[in-house]
Amino acid sequence: MSGASVGPRGETPVPAPVPETAPTPLVVDDGELVRGRIGVSAPRPDGTLKVEGAFAYASDLWAEGMLWGVTLRSPHPRARILTIDTSPAVAMAGVHAVLTHADVPGRKTYGLEHPDQPVLAWEDVRYEGEAVAIVAADHPETARRAARSIVVEYEVLEPVVDAEWAMTDEAPRLHPSGNLLRHVPIRRGDPDATGDVVVRGTYEVGMQDQAFLGPESGLAVPDDEGGVDLYIATQWLHVDREQVAASLDLPPEKVRLTLSGVGGAFGGREDVSMQIHSCLLALRTRRPVKMVYSREESFFGHVHRHPARLEYEHHATRDGRLVAVRARIVLDGGAYASSSTAVCSNAACFAVGPYAVANCHIDAYVVYTDNPPCGAMRGFGAVQACFAYESQMDRLAAALGMDPIDLRLRNAMATGDELPTGQRVAGPAPVAELLERLRAMPLPPPAMEGPRDVRELPGGVSNATHGEGVRRGVGYAVGCKNIGFSEGFDDYSTAHVRLQIAAGTPQADVHTAAAEVGQGLVTILGQIARTELGVDDAVVVPSDTTVGSAGSSSASRQTWMTGGAVKMACEAVRADVFSRVAERFGRDPTQLLLRDGRVVDASGAPIVALAELLGDDVVEATAEHHHRPTFPLDPETGQGDAHVAFAFAAHRAVVDVDVELGLVRVVEIATAQDVGKALNPQAVEGQIEGGIAQGLGLALMEEIQVRNGLVRNPSFTDYLIPTVLDMPPVRIDVLELGDPDGPYGVKGVGEPPTISSTPAVVAAVRAASGRPLTRVPVRPDDLVDPALLEGSR
Amino acid sequence: MQFIRPTTWSEALQAKADHPEAWPVAGGTDVLVELNFDRRRPEAVLDLSSVGELRPWTREDDHVRLGAGTTYTDVLRDLPDLLPGLTVASRGVGSPQIRNRGTVAGNLGSASPAGDAHPPLLASGAEVEVASVRGPRRIAIDDFYLGVKRNALEPDELIAAIRVPVAPGPQQYAKIGTRNAMVIAVCSFAVALDPVRRRVGTGIGSAAPTPRRAVEAEGFLTERLDGRGLWEGTGPLDEETLTRFGALVAAAAQPIDDVRGTAAYRRHALSVLARRTLTWCWDDLRARREAA
Repeated sequence: MSGASVGPRGETPVPAPVPETAPTPLVVDDGELVRGRIGVSAPRPDGTLKVEGAFAYASDLWAEGMLWGVTLRSPHPRARILTIDTSPAVAMAGVHAVLTHADVPGRKTYGLEHPDQPVLAWEDVRYEGEAVAIVAADHPETARRAARSIVVEYEVLEPVVDAEWAMTDEAPRLHPSGNLLRHVPIRRGDPDATGDVVVRGTYEVGMQDQAFLGPESGLAVPDDEGGVDLYIATQWLHVDREQVAASLDLPPEKVRLTLSGVGGAFGGREDVSMQIHSCLLALRTRRPVKMVYSREESFFGHVHRHPARLEYEHHATRDGRLVAVRARIVLDGGAYASSSTAVCSNAACFAVGPYAVANCHIDAYVVYTDNPPCGAMRGFGAVQACFAYESQMDRLAAALGMDPIDLRLRNAMATGDELPTGQRVAGPAPVAELLERLRAMPLPPPAMEGPRDVRELPGGVSNATHGEGVRRGVGYAVGCKNIGFSEGFDDYSTAHVRLQIAAGTPQADVHTAAAEVGQGLVTILGQIARTELGVDDAVVVPSDTTVGSAGSSSASRQTWMTGGAVKMACEAVRADVFSRVAERFGRDPTQLLLRDGRVVDASGAPIVALAELLGDDVVEATAEHHHRPTFPLDPETGQGDAHVAFAFAAHRAVVDVDVELGLVRVVEIATAQDVGKALNPQAVEGQIEGGIAQGLGLALMEEIQVRNGLVRNPSFTDYLIPTVLDMPPVRIDVLELGDPDGPYGVKGVGEPPTISSTPAVVAAVRAASGRPLTRVPVRPDDLVDPALLEGSR
Repeated sequence: MQFIRPTTWSEALQAKADHPEAWPVAGGTDVLVELNFDRRRPEAVLDLSSVGELRPWTREDDHVRLGAGTTYTDVLRDLPDLLPGLTVASRGVGSPQIRNRGTVAGNLGSASPAGDAHPPLLASGAEVEVASVRGPRRIAIDDFYLGVKRNALEPDELIAAIRVPVAPGPQQYAKIGTRNAMVIAVCSFAVALDPVRRRVGTGIGSAAPTPRRAVEAEGFLTERLDGRGLWEGTGPLDEETLTRFGALVAAAAQPIDDVRGTAAYRRHALSVLARRTLTWCWDDLRARREAA
């Protein structure tokens, strides 16, 4: 397993370094697959509880004597705070604490990459919903009333809401460092290269929300020594802990985090929401404090996907070879940095998509405004770029009179090709194969003549058409994205594995700090331990900060990174077991296997049962899995090996569009995706279907509508996500090409389905409607003949 | 917040007289959203779900009397033949869970311009039976909607039932939503044909401060059908008639730009929905004649 290492790396402390061991043989055989080993669709340990509604999410937390925390938020997108009068809240019966910025004992700001966001605002508020004060009371209703009674005097200022304008000298500086948060230029090849055929386009992406179903929630419990335990739904326990400890002015060991039930994340839980607030209140009141956001508050309580404006110019030869791509991408970062700088880098690195292009001139900017802060969301910068470059590829195909798939095939990136950053793609890059497989898949049958169930038609149960105005369209798109963290970040995960005999049966306990956010990591980690240790009983114990960091459940990285760490820890445990066998039975430790709770030799003949070998001993090991190092991008040219690996997926959408009303029903989405190795095929399908649903949502309906800095639709009444009647059947072709760097050859699965599904749906809608569609989500207005709309004004 | 739960209709009326500020709650699908969003906090809530008299629907000659507790699921299950327009509208309301709880009378109580039940009730000429301790009265559906979320109920009155004429002919309903289920209407339209009395009914939703009829469109179509003797025939409606009808429906609307759509789109969509729903009704009528 190259790219992984054992032991200290850089400055990272390692609790219990594991000695380098010779690779031991893999313990998989077909006879064991039915027992929850890798490669089978082992059931989720939390599946039944979730389906029955019995699973405890963070919002279900409860502690004896707990108080309820509530946040007072700014109603203005930009204002100066003149005074804050908390006395009416303090005077209310049942109120135990009312805190403002003055009560933050440590660092008064937080942030994933740049700590620029106030824990509680002091001079300025920079977006609607910014936290100003927090209250703890013995009843949530009391806490809400108390928060409302706080008098904040604001000097309201005109918000800066246009990212382009925010970059100019005319705009007021929203942060001392200026409004330009990051500019990533990429320069490759000849800047003046031109092609026979040129197509230009400007595209826009609206602000999408992660719309996870379990709102932000957690419970902070103070101890008697000035420390605190926080039970929290998050994506990354250790990065939360760092930020909480800094603001509480406590050493990290006094801030202990335990993962609570997480109801979805998609990037939206990477930033701190109520973590610091609840701990502040708990330490002040010396009582447990629970905070749960409402759905409406959740829209103000986490970052969103960056809205973007993307200007593109594609040059090609007459036979369809890309000569040059020029792109200018402006991302609206909103009020605070969050992970904007990394999103910007991704948008730049993947600006041309999975195509080999010799001459690239790319500028990506991310800018501070007074709009809601934006940060991580599934696809992370690659989504916005993919909508633009795939729209451009279709436009180019039309200009050349070429089939859109042929054009893509002609330019498809392959292993050994280079990104615009100059990085060589070393692993599998099956772009052409994915497209060929999609093309070979049969299309769904055409719509039947005669009466149809309205649920099969655009508008669905709204009964808007019985077939009138309905046209079918087909569209294709392909995309790519990095896996894991990039640009020199030492990305690693830690796992601790214990093997012991419980009631006569060998049992493996797997302990990591990795966040199960619904994606199924708990299933995978158990499968890996069962596989590596040849046991039937593997328990993934709750994630907390008593073990080393696992990194974030983001960037499609957890199966690769934490799965890899668990595999390594199991290997170390196994080596320990084999050395005991070598000592006791004089066997060659490299010729042993673990199977069915026994140590066997290479021929499968049993040597000793684990129960007998271990007795009351516990064999345990901790391992840290680092991916191979990455490097920063050159700040002038954007050249550099910034990424560790790349994932590819392609989508074909078939849609029916009611062109008179501008309504859409997606008939089918087909996809081909290389997952490296499907450790749990059903979980892979779940990720693919879920990611496509989110991509379809961005294409057709999901947008936080912001006007003059104010969110107009902070509820599921008007922020629409696809229902079962909007989500079509998905035809899935999973390739397992094996990434040489990933444990078992895995590749990240979670993000690629979201990236190219959006442009595929839009391409299909374009084909059906004939409308240009340069903005997502596509609105009915965009699909209707403008002359007809004009006539209705 | 006081919670009042009468078990008989007379108790309910007395409670409303004693607490005119109380919010009546049937299924709670509107009220609880308001409460959960913390938008308004009523001093009292009057829970009608235990008042047995409100639940059943009954047929009375040429009317269906929908007790105020009648849910959308009740309509879907029992009334597709008697009240086809309301049935189609009920199918598009929320999710199955919402339809199990939500009531047609609740839609009238909330009087949101986007309520799905309003257009078919307008198109079929329903009447609202209301009552107080002072006695009952009937309000024609045309007079019921006074403004955005305002209706003609006096503070001490409750909705007892809705009287809807049994459909004398084809009825249709269609709405626009930007997803294919569980969506609030961007705009909606209902049409009802009465070949017996030779009348046309219409209802527009979500495109004016209140649900409203397209009176001119009704008049135009009635006149056109009469004038050309089309009621008796089995031919299709001509393109010009359909287009004119659609244009008049669009003209009757008074939409705004909001988070769900633009005024121009709403007008355009109403003209399309009007044409289509009228065509479906007319084709249905032709089929019935041919079968007869």
